[in-house]
Amino acid sequence: MPLSQESISGLRQRLTAGEITAVDLVDQLAASIEARNPELGAYLSLDLAAARECASQADLSLPLGGIPIGIKDNINVLGQPCTCGSKFLQNGYTSPYDATVISRLRAQGAIPMGRLNMDEFAMGSSTENSALGRTVNPHAPDRIPGGSSGGSAAAVAAGLAIATLGSDTGGSIRQPASHCGVVGLKPSYGRVSRYGLVAFASSLDQIGPITRSVEDAARVLQAIAGHDPRDSTSLDAPVPDYLATLENGVAGLKLGLPKEYFGEGIDEDVRTQVMAKVDQLEKAGAEIVEISLPHTEHAVATYYIIAPAEASSNLSRFDGIRYGVRKGDGDLLEVYRDSREHGFGAEVKRRILLGTYVLSSGYYDAYYNRAQKVRTLIRRDFEEAFGEVDAILSPVVPTAARRIGENSDNPLQEYLSDIFTLAANLAGICGISVPAGCVSQGGQELPVGLQILGKHLGEETLLRVARAAETV
Amino acid sequence: MATDHIDVRYVAGLARLHLTDEECEVFQPQLDAILNHAKSLLELDVNDIEPTAHAVPVDDVMRDDVPGISLPVESVLANAPEQAQQQIRVPKVIADA
Repeated sequence: MPLSQESISGLRQRLTAGEITAVDLVDQLAASIEARNPELGAYLSLDLAAARECASQADLSLPLGGIPIGIKDNINVLGQPCTCGSKFLQNGYTSPYDATVISRLRAQGAIPMGRLNMDEFAMGSSTENSALGRTVNPHAPDRIPGGSSGGSAAAVAAGLAIATLGSDTGGSIRQPASHCGVVGLKPSYGRVSRYGLVAFASSLDQIGPITRSVEDAARVLQAIAGHDPRDSTSLDAPVPDYLATLENGVAGLKLGLPKEYFGEGIDEDVRTQVMAKVDQLEKAGAEIVEISLPHTEHAVATYYIIAPAEASSNLSRFDGIRYGVRKGDGDLLEVYRDSREHGFGAEVKRRILLGTYVLSSGYYDAYYNRAQKVRTLIRRDFEEAFGEVDAILSPVVPTAARRIGENSDNPLQEYLSDIFTLAANLAGICGISVPAGCVSQGGQELPVGLQILGKHLGEETLLRVARAAETV
Repeated sequence: MATDHIDVRYVAGLARLHLTDEECEVFQPQLDAILNHAKSLLELDVNDIEPTAHAVPVDDVMRDDVPGISLPVESVLANAPEQAQQQIRVPKVIADA
């Protein structure tokens, strides 16, 4: 097996046995990236010298000792660029510090390697909104890899990374993982520190791993989870040993199928693939029951009020003063306006406008406050469901990866495709996408994902069900 | 909902965005469509429902007030588009007397 297709535990064995060195591993990955990245566009940049330097000093006795991990380009790594896929930060920004997830990966012996493409400021579901390059789906080059962590998912799927970090505000880890046929985990809100993640919507953002196996996802989560005094929303809750319960199977577990997630609008072939996984989990001993999440139909509207509102506030820091682009030579206001006009792409402007509008005087109660109340209803739906079941099963996306360019003039249509992933962020629960085979479309084999949702801080059970789904 | 149309030019001013006429023309119907979709929330009775700002409320997180190591001034300044005398340079803010 080529090194780039190996599991973390397989690589760890080879490293500790002295068969390969961490520098070899970095060099082999760099060669694969050089060969295939021009066509795939997963990486925006790679500081090979920094990765080799880090590899040469890696402590192989640590749990992730010598393992390179690709980083989405919105997570700060000391001395490296952090463009967020935006012209605003394309030139002239170098991270002055490590994000907490990066310090934790380093402390476990891992090597941050490369910067992965993404929708600008993580706003999008296709990576088409990156201002800095196109990423394609490794399974079908005329199709999207999903987004916003499209580079992170495509790199893992194509063997250009062992594992990567992404961020998930409304599905940005799970959806590209589904489209690229890999595993993507969004931890519970508060499980992983966001210190050093460029903020999009602060009540929704979480960092998580994209990997080729559930076990690898558990290993990366183990390294990055836990309380951080630098992120006041990170929870001071004990981090369980996720590997200890991984192989416990689903016998005796009750898994819910929300009827609202299998109704109209879902592609028949996608439904068939997902249901085949559900049947296999039932054969493996799980009890499958139908449940209801009655406010599902309101999730898109709720999310696309709350997330833009928070984004419009968070992105006010991009004003041309402290970092990134500065345009305009008039007064201060003109510098703000010209810098932002020049630096932001269409989707970012659209969401800033939407967010500013719903927060503006006269509309706050009608939109923002009402959406926050509906968010309570959505959260209660899940609380009630988890009173009955241990985990929830659904598709990740209603369809397989669409063609590049298809929704470019219709943002609402694009937003509606996020229907199955948004609610987990609104409710703060954890979710994972696990490969569930492929569907055939126009002569192409396109991956489909099974989404598993778990209760808040329920990653142990989530990973256990995901591991079973991967095995059956 | 409060309105059917978003005044894109006015909102852009609030958001400190300097949009072109073409951008306004493109955004207008797109934003109207999104806000129209959001009208579905009107169907719900939310009178006695508490709003959720954070899914996992954590209140009053205070750390001990002890000095720590901050980022080096040079590395922070290095990212600023314009600098002078160890400070970030900005256009004149106060009008002439």
